[in-house]
Amino acid sequence: MKTKTATRTLTQQQAAAEKTAAKLPAVLALIFGVFLVFGAGFAQSSTLHNAAHDARHAFSFPCH
Amino acid sequence: MFSRIVLTALAAGVLAGVCVFVAHMLTTTPLIQQAEVYELSPASASHTHNNGNAESKDHSHQNTAVEESMAELFQRHGLTLVADLLMSIGFGFALIGAIILSGREIDWRQGLVWGLCGFAAFYVSPTFGLPPEMPGMVAADVTERQIWWVLTAAAAIAGLALIFFVGKGISLILAAILIVLPHIIGAPGVELQSGDLPAELAARFAVVSLVVTGLFWLLLGGLTGFFYDRFGRA
Repeated sequence: MKTKTATRTLTQQQAAAEKTAAKLPAVLALIFGVFLVFGAGFAQSSTLHNAAHDARHAFSFPCH
Repeated sequence: MFSRIVLTALAAGVLAGVCVFVAHMLTTTPLIQQAEVYELSPASASHTHNNGNAESKDHSHQNTAVEESMAELFQRHGLTLVADLLMSIGFGFALIGAIILSGREIDWRQGLVWGLCGFAAFYVSPTFGLPPEMPGMVAADVTERQIWWVLTAAAAIAGLALIFFVGKGISLILAAILIVLPHIIGAPGVELQSGDLPAELAARFAVVSLVVTGLFWLLLGGLTGFFYDRFGRA
């Protein structure tokens, strides 16, 4: 019984540790994703604007 | 963990991106190309305040499609594919990042709910103030609109986060305020002028863009949930 509880606690701890370890990659993924969307959706350089023109209109990003 | 995130965002982003590109090619892009005829017309280019002026109703230049060579069209649609993929993969990374940070369990059904929230924050709320634009429409300064768009989306995300992760008492009121406030302040607007762009074209574009983007978000959310769940079991 004790061993079972101990195992469960260990598994819970492992799960908790995994969750914490996942935070940094998750934050990085979030920042990288926002960076990509901003680049494609908002960058005002004329080359980028022309390249993404039809996609921006379709996703209803402000254009022109 | 890192590879699970990257694989999820890439798989969901590429699949949803290719699908939305096909949908754009079939629906929104032909409408944009039709509207470009009016973008080049003198009435919308000069932006003079001639409301009700009979001259602006003289459609002598109507329906002369903007000629593009095969090479130009190939380049244009190729770049749209790249832009659709970048946006889709970008939204995919942001979505999986947010899902993991929330600490919630995820499968494809939960993913659909996340997708709907993305649609609400990145399409419904900004578009409620700034309707989908077509070439040839008159609009306020682009930087002002971009700032309002980003702040409105950010406020909607904060509001949705309060609803789903706190979900009681004053946080719900705060959420409602956050979501509604940008619309009370109001989007940067312009004085309406007479233009040549047919209302039917603009109305059609608005609805098509709404439906395509809604389906895109459902697909991206569902696929993100599916792949993250799947890659976790392997």
